Amino acid sequence: MNILVAKTFKPYNFASFKSVSKQMILKLIQILAFVALSGSVFFLAFKLYKRIYRNIMLGRKQVINDNIPERLKNTLLVALGQKKMFKNVIPALLHLVIYVSFVITQIELIEILIDGFTGNHRIIYHAVENIPFLKGFYVFVVSFIEVLSLLTLFVTFAFLYRRNLIKIPRFQKPELNGWPKLDANNILYMELTLITFIFMMNTGDQAKYLLQHGHTYGFWVSGLLAPALSGLGETAITIIERIGWWGHISMVYFFLLYLPQSKHLHILLAFPNVFFARLIPKGEIPNMPEITKEVKLMMNPDAAFAAPTGEPEEPVKFGAKDIQDLSWQNLLAAYSCTECGRCTAACPANQTGKLLSPRKIMMDTRDRVEEVAKSMDANNGVWQEDGKSLIENGYITVEELRACTTCNACVEECPININPLDIIIQLRRNLVMEDSNVPNEWAGMFANMDNNGAPWQYSQLDRLNWTKE
Amino acid sequence: MLEVKTMAEYAANGETPEVLFWVGCAGSFDQRAQKVTRSFVKILNHLNIKFAVLGSEESCTGDPAKRAGNELTFQMLALQNIEVMNSYGVQKIVTTCPHCFNILKNEYPGLGGKYKVTHHATFLQELIDTGRIKLSDASQFKGKKITYHDSCYLGRANDIYEAPRALLEALDAELVEMKSCKTKGLCCGAGGAQMFKEEEHGTIRINNARTEQALETGATVIAAACPFCSTMISDGVKAKEKQMQVKVFDIAELLAAGQGLENLTF
Repeated sequence: MNILVAKTFKPYNFASFKSVSKQMILKLIQILAFVALSGSVFFLAFKLYKRIYRNIMLGRKQVINDNIPERLKNTLLVALGQKKMFKNVIPALLHLVIYVSFVITQIELIEILIDGFTGNHRIIYHAVENIPFLKGFYVFVVSFIEVLSLLTLFVTFAFLYRRNLIKIPRFQKPELNGWPKLDANNILYMELTLITFIFMMNTGDQAKYLLQHGHTYGFWVSGLLAPALSGLGETAITIIERIGWWGHISMVYFFLLYLPQSKHLHILLAFPNVFFARLIPKGEIPNMPEITKEVKLMMNPDAAFAAPTGEPEEPVKFGAKDIQDLSWQNLLAAYSCTECGRCTAACPANQTGKLLSPRKIMMDTRDRVEEVAKSMDANNGVWQEDGKSLIENGYITVEELRACTTCNACVEECPININPLDIIIQLRRNLVMEDSNVPNEWAGMFANMDNNGAPWQYSQLDRLNWTKE
Repeated sequence: MLEVKTMAEYAANGETPEVLFWVGCAGSFDQRAQKVTRSFVKILNHLNIKFAVLGSEESCTGDPAKRAGNELTFQMLALQNIEVMNSYGVQKIVTTCPHCFNILKNEYPGLGGKYKVTHHATFLQELIDTGRIKLSDASQFKGKKITYHDSCYLGRANDIYEAPRALLEALDAELVEMKSCKTKGLCCGAGGAQMFKEEEHGTIRINNARTEQALETGATVIAAACPFCSTMISDGVKAKEKQMQVKVFDIAELLAAGQGLENLTF
């Protein structure tokens, strides 16, 4: 009987009522702190992500609901499966480690959240500790996460090295100066901090368990580190574990709030972006139905007089001058871009020293959306014209737009199916059809095409001259 | 004088050709591209393929206008061309220009012009596959190093990478690839209406950059499948003063030579 009782209470000290209540208070404080922290983070995150959604929806309406099976397949292969990343094997493998690690780590987050809200410690472990198979599985999962975290640590250093020490051309372009460069490094530093906290948490936890039970939980990596801490005494170990635990969840929360203003938003938006990306051949530039209407009236003047004269139609704007004229899908792409620069590295104009950089097209689009959004935020959510637009005004210049050869190299390269060319064409349309902003040679070419049906000044009647050798 | 009939002539006789050969503006007017047009027609005639051209009823497809941003000019030309082709009941089109191919195939259907459109690379490959083309004079290519320059509007735009390569392999030539090829192929610099204007300010011309890649392969023939690419790369070869050693040919010219229909010097 005595043995049984002793067994049941073994994990606990036979402490006085006073110290138990002290522990209870400490636990209660932690629960309250966790609830307060989580509550404010979720509230703020909701606001920030709702704002992103509103910003994307500032774009022109476009219904995208065709061919759902193919869209799902793309999402599975390109977004989830990272198919296009593997055109470049080394960065693809490095990226894969962080990606898998990020996704799998979220499993552990479930337990951490339950523990935080209920004041428990490793609730899942304790729920399954008497079921060998499940306990083994738990230890395996946590250990697997530890191994991935360790790999991620090496990869993060590799990324810092690639980004800052060896001069990879796509990381050296002028559009990355300032915030984009800082942002990229911030993410990597956050990763290092997060991993440090994860190992403080697990090692501290295991060292404590080791002191109390003579063996660890059995996690592979922290299990090797735990004995080194055991000399520190239980209080110091508990402090290390608690710093790790709180630091870990705080980093996760900070990251959640940091994402909306970072290029790193791609970890969420890559999925919808690939899903909604266009499926038509890359060479196809969709026709403008509003122009078809005009041309048909021009070709058949009778129809013009027969047209109903009832309601005056809203004047149509051709092409895009600002972000509201682009489709919401273009704005989603801008928010999904992680500024990797594979597009720019492949761009023939950029390779030959022209100003055009497809990555900058996406970055400028997002920056202009943010500018519009900030001005709306300061004005009760209402947009008031600011006299600026996406063209010039510190954003995309006419020179950049004119340098594009529409070769689709940027579209081909993008690992998450972003299409910078789609935006370039819409902006070009506005330059040409609204502002008549064309180089002289193009003006001549248009005139020839209009007058004699060829870009050069040759008569249509001479089209068979080639038959005479 | 080449034997070529127009759609109007076929219609006048109450006949319909197998296929409409869409010549395109470059193929009609550009001296270098005219040669390609002639080579292609020689192949068609040699194989007794019943084809027609539109002649003076053909207009520019509107490609450079569309890609420059002038949708209005594009659609006016497109609707005119569609009216002409639909009046003749055109079903099948073959063209030697990837820009015409792309726009006829992808952008005309939405405006009412629905045809089966083929680029001459695919068209010729099918003729080889079905045994209609006999390469009686291909020995001249044996052991010759040929590199193929991917046209953006065939390759990335429409995923046609293998057909032109299959032709070169059929010629028994040694196909060598450039540093950037297939999906990673570097543009010649002409697309998006760049052909018709000065390049923007930069450090090097795109066609020169591409030509450097072609010359690095050590090939003596650079094969192209687009009149604009041919012009750009030829200019690049001239800029490097290699025009005596390295020649730029369209796949149609090479195929015509392989059948003894054309004498090429290289």
